[in-house]
Amino acid sequence: MGHIQVPEGAPGILGPMAVSRETTKALRELADVLLCGQNTLTPAEREMIATYVSSKNECCFCQLSHGAAAAERFGGNYDLVDQVKKNYAIAEISGKLKSLLAIAGKVHQGSKHVTPDDVACARQQGATDKEIYDTVLIAAAFCMFNRCVDGLDTWQPSNPDDYREMGKIMAREGYLRPDWEKKGEAA
Amino acid sequence: MAHIALTEGLPGIRGPMVFSPETTKPLCDLVQVLLTGPHTLTEAEREMIATYVSSQNDCFYCESCHGSTAAQHLGGSDTDYDLIHRIKQNYEATPISSKLKALLGIAGKVQKSGKFVTAEDVARARQEGATDKEIHDTVLIAAAFCMFNRYVDGLATWQPRDAEIYREIGMQTAKLGYVGRDYKKPLQAIAGKEKKVGV
Repeated sequence: MGHIQVPEGAPGILGPMAVSRETTKALRELADVLLCGQNTLTPAEREMIATYVSSKNECCFCQLSHGAAAAERFGGNYDLVDQVKKNYAIAEISGKLKSLLAIAGKVHQGSKHVTPDDVACARQQGATDKEIYDTVLIAAAFCMFNRCVDGLDTWQPSNPDDYREMGKIMAREGYLRPDWEKKGEAA
Repeated sequence: MAHIALTEGLPGIRGPMVFSPETTKPLCDLVQVLLTGPHTLTEAEREMIATYVSSQNDCFYCESCHGSTAAQHLGGSDTDYDLIHRIKQNYEATPISSKLKALLGIAGKVQKSGKFVTAEDVARARQEGATDKEIHDTVLIAAAFCMFNRYVDGLATWQPRDAEIYREIGMQTAKLGYVGRDYKKPLQAIAGKEKKVGV
């Protein structure tokens, strides 16, 4: 049972978002600019970073919903998302994305863990200052989102199939849809 | 040295915020709604939660800025600054309310992981009079500062140790909030020091 009262049937972050409209607007705007805004990293790559950090934080709702969004943005490739979560070093993704996931993993641990060598490695793989910046901020933001979802003990369906439709909507429409207030609507 | 090229002379989060205006707006909007404005938790109390989490994350810049802002909301005296210092060391032994102590307990758990918050932590907060909104906002403030601390440290930003810089930041923030600010504007405490050494 959740730590606070939220609308029944609203999974994960959608419950708290329904009861706290003022904070929800800012959180959605942040998610949208981080994951969908204009960027040299594709939305697919950015959703993958979010998914990876959420899996390191063991947040079921976030890793499965953003994992589905990432998979849909990678053309329906759910296997790729699983590969990245298990061991991104051998996943079929670019060297640059691997180096950025390494930085994201360090941010997850605690950001003093990010070293000049981690950053140098990303630069060698072609990462720009902005891409490094965005990776750190996405990883940091998901350390926030994961804590919100788990810290309020929200209801989190555990079947990955429950998230496919949600992932399609997230991939298609982003995080600022005007009807997001609807109960149980996808993130 | 910062991991990316940031404007020189801007401490902590100011460098990254100037670097990327499009992410700065939602970040400022979030912290504004969390820490300022009408609420059953005072601005000082909410800044204390932010400060405590930042100290637990060992983020010097954030704990210093928000600690100073909290102290300024209380009045800005040496006693107020001392209270903030004591909260960071051991909040249970300070004269803050039992409700705030219970909420800091929750915030401390969120800092480690959301999964560490127990039903007993929440029950204690409710026994001390905390509402659903106060519990929600405590979790969200703690979670948000786990983000801000990682953002500031993850880019290896410059975090000066001069207390006067943080006193100035605290005074500005307590008065003006977080939105509509010019974060490029040099702080007097930094510009004054540079003039003295002829930089």
